[in-house]
Amino acid sequence: MIMVRWVLKGLQTGIKTTSYPRREELASGVSPGLPEGKREPRDGALSVISRCPTYALRQVGQQILVDYRRCIHCFRCVRGVQDVLGWNLGYEWAAYMNKNDGPPPKLEKVFGRSLHIFFVDGGACNACISELEQLNKPFYNIHRLGFFVTPTPRKADILLIAGPVTDHMRFSIQKAYAGMPTPKRVLAVGACGLSGGIFGPSFASEGGVQKLIPLDVGVPGCPPPPLAMIHGLLLAVSRKPPASLTSSGSVDGRKKS
Amino acid sequence: MERPLDSTVKLENLSEEITGRWPDQVRVDLDLQNGLCLMECEASVLRKVCSWLFSKQGFSFASLVVEEEHAEFSLRYIFYSEKSQVHILHRIPKTEATVPSISNFVHAADWHEREAEDLFGLDFEGHPRLGDFVLHEEWPEGVNPMRADFDPSKPYVHREVSPYWRPIKIVQASGAFMMPIGPIYSDFAESAHFLLETVGEDVIRTITRFFYKYRGVEKIAEARKVNEVLLLAERFSGTSAFAHSLAFCQAVEEVSKVEVPPRAKALRILFAELERLRHHVGSIAGICGSTALAVATSQASILEEELLRLCCAVTGHRYLFGLNTPGGITMDFNNEVIQNLADTVQGFLEKLEDLKQMLRYSSSFLDRLEEVGIVSPGSAVSYGLVGPIARASGIKRDLRTVLPYSGYEKVEFIIPCEQEGDGYARLRVLFGEAEQSVNIIRQVASFLPSGPTVSPSFEVTTGAALGWAESPKGATFHWVRTEEDGRVARYRITPPSFTNWHGFHLAAENFAFQDFPIIMATFGLSNAESDR
Repeated sequence: MIMVRWVLKGLQTGIKTTSYPRREELASGVSPGLPEGKREPRDGALSVISRCPTYALRQVGQQILVDYRRCIHCFRCVRGVQDVLGWNLGYEWAAYMNKNDGPPPKLEKVFGRSLHIFFVDGGACNACISELEQLNKPFYNIHRLGFFVTPTPRKADILLIAGPVTDHMRFSIQKAYAGMPTPKRVLAVGACGLSGGIFGPSFASEGGVQKLIPLDVGVPGCPPPPLAMIHGLLLAVSRKPPASLTSSGSVDGRKKS
Repeated sequence: MERPLDSTVKLENLSEEITGRWPDQVRVDLDLQNGLCLMECEASVLRKVCSWLFSKQGFSFASLVVEEEHAEFSLRYIFYSEKSQVHILHRIPKTEATVPSISNFVHAADWHEREAEDLFGLDFEGHPRLGDFVLHEEWPEGVNPMRADFDPSKPYVHREVSPYWRPIKIVQASGAFMMPIGPIYSDFAESAHFLLETVGEDVIRTITRFFYKYRGVEKIAEARKVNEVLLLAERFSGTSAFAHSLAFCQAVEEVSKVEVPPRAKALRILFAELERLRHHVGSIAGICGSTALAVATSQASILEEELLRLCCAVTGHRYLFGLNTPGGITMDFNNEVIQNLADTVQGFLEKLEDLKQMLRYSSSFLDRLEEVGIVSPGSAVSYGLVGPIARASGIKRDLRTVLPYSGYEKVEFIIPCEQEGDGYARLRVLFGEAEQSVNIIRQVASFLPSGPTVSPSFEVTTGAALGWAESPKGATFHWVRTEEDGRVARYRITPPSFTNWHGFHLAAENFAFQDFPIIMATFGLSNAESDR
C-alpha cells in the first residue's frame, strides 16, 4: 500500500526539471554570479583590485579585468565598496582551457550526443561535489541530455575533476586518466581545479588539474552552480559556445546566452 | 538508568580536587568568569589527570593542540563539559620530543596523537599504533610539515615506494579476503579508502585510510592575514562553511576582545541553523538514496535544492560563503526578508514531516536501517563521538547548550536524542534536528534585534583563543594564535568528521556486505572536513 503512495507522491510533485539548455533558467538562487570587469573605472575605483584575496582582479590599461579561474565568490570586491564592479548573475561560465582555444574538429563527431562521465575527487571541499550530485537529481537531471556517470574509467569519455589535486590523489588521477580510451576529454570544475584556488600550489596540492594532465574544459566558480556544470558538459560536446575566462565586462545586468 | 557523561565535577571545585590529588605536579589557574580552567601538568601525572577528567568526571575530549615555541613544544589538551573548559598544558623541550601517550586512557585522543606524530614528529610513548597516518608512504621519513622550519610553498621530494598500499591482514580464515573500496568511486563521492575484511558475504571488520584530500590547511594558514585564513576556514569544508567560519571568527573576536553586535549574533544563529537544515535534508536524501528508495530520494533532493536556492536568493551564495567576518556579518538584511525566509522554511518543514511519516511506514526501507551500523553509548563516549551520530547513541551533548555561543542561551530548543545507536536512530535525529532548526529560525526572525551587523573595524591583537561551534556534523573547535601584524601563527581545526571517522569502524564491523553504503550514508561524514 505504501508503495502506491510513493508512486502517487511522485506524480503529485510533477516535473521540477529545468528547461535549460532549451530555455534560460530564470528561477532565483540558481547562481551566485561572478564579478564583471570595468572598462573605464572612475578615480579611486582601482583600489578594489587590492581587495581581491586571490588576485583575480588586475588592471590592464584603463580597464579592470577579472580572471574567472581565480574568483572564489568572496564578494569582497562588491560588499562594502561603492559601486565598482558589475555582477553577472548568469551561469554559462565554462571555457576551453587548451591553448588553441577550441576542440580538435574530429572530437565532436566521435562523441556524438551521448557522453559517459567518470568523476575523481582531487581534494574538493565538498561544495563542488554537492553541486555535482544535484546533476543526477530532479531539478537538473543530466540523463535527459545524454550524460551518464560511469563507474569505470575504461568506459568514460570525460574525466571530471574537482579540487586543487592533492598530492595524495596525484597517482589515482594519473591512473584514471591513463585508463581511459581515446579520444578523451578532461573537465575541471571549480576555482581550485583551475588555479588551485586558495589551497594551492603548495606542498600538499598541485594547484590545478592542468599541472598534472592536459585539461580541455574548465568551469569557474566556487562552487560552480549545477547549471554552469551542465554548460561545461555541453561545451565538451560542442553543443554550446564557450564563455570567456576573463571579463572586461559590461556593467548592465544579466549576461545573455 | 545512569545517563552517560552525567557525573561532572563543578568547575569551582576542580582546583581543590586536583591539588588534593596531585599536590605538586599540577598547577591550576581558574577563570570562573569564562568557565575556563588552565592547568600545567608534569609528564608523570599527565595520563592520570587526563584519564580522571575523561572517565571519572564526564569531560569530553575536544582537541590536542601542538604548538612550537622556540626551544620547546607545548601540548594543549582541551576538555569540556557543561559550561566549563579545561586546558591542560604540557611542555617538552624540542630536543626530547617524547610525550606519554594518553590514548590508552582517553581513547578519543588516539587520532590526535597519530596526527601530531606525523605532522610534528613527536613520539607518543605507549601509543599502540603510530606511523603513516596523515602523510602517505611517498612522504620522506623525518620531514614533518607542521614544524616551523618546513617550507609549505615548495613540493617535497617524494620517496620511491610502491603506490599500492596494503595493511596487515588480520582475519585468517579460508576464503577470507580484503575487499578494497576507493579512493575513487563510481559516483560523485569523496576520496577515501576502505578495506573490508570479508569471509563470503560477511564483513568482519573495516580498515580505513584517509587524508587523500590533505591540503595542509593548517600549515598554509600560517603567516597569512586573518582575513585570508577566514577564506580557508570557510572553504576547507564547503558544506558546513558557515559553522566553521563562525568558529574561526569567534576565536579571532575572543583574541581581540571584540564585542559582536546583537543583530549580527542573531543573524549568525539564523544562518547556522539554515545551514544545518540544508545539510540534514541533504543527508536524509543520501540515506534514502543508499537504500534505493527513488521517490523519497527525489523528494528530499528537491527540498535540498530549494533550500540552496533560498540561501542564494537571500545571501548571494548557495553555501553561505562570504557572510561571516571577524566582528559580525558582511551584509544586512531587511527584517521583512528574514521574516519571509522564516515563513518559507516553515513550509519546508511541513514537506519534511510528510516525508518522515511516509518513511516511517515503508517497511522495506526500515528493514535496511534498523539494527544496522550500531554504535553503543559506551563506545560513543570512549571515542568521544559528536553531533547527530553521538546523539543517536544517547549522548545528549551539544555545544549550543554545553558551551553556548553567539546568544544560543537565549534561544529555546530541544536536543533530539535517541538510544538505539543504529541507522534508523541517526535518521530520526536528523529529522528531529531539522525540525528544531526551523523552530530556531522562526524564533530568531521574530525577535531580530536592530542595529549594526558588524562591529567597527578593529586591529587583530596578538594572542590565542579557542573558537567553537556546533556544526551540522557536530562539535568543531578552532584554535587560533595570532602574531604581530594580524597574521596567524597557528591554526588548529578539530572538525567533527575527524572525530567521528575515528569511530566509524565500530559501526562497520560484522555486517552484511550490502549494508556498507547504508552505514556510510547514515554516518554522512565528510572527508574534506576530516582531512583538511
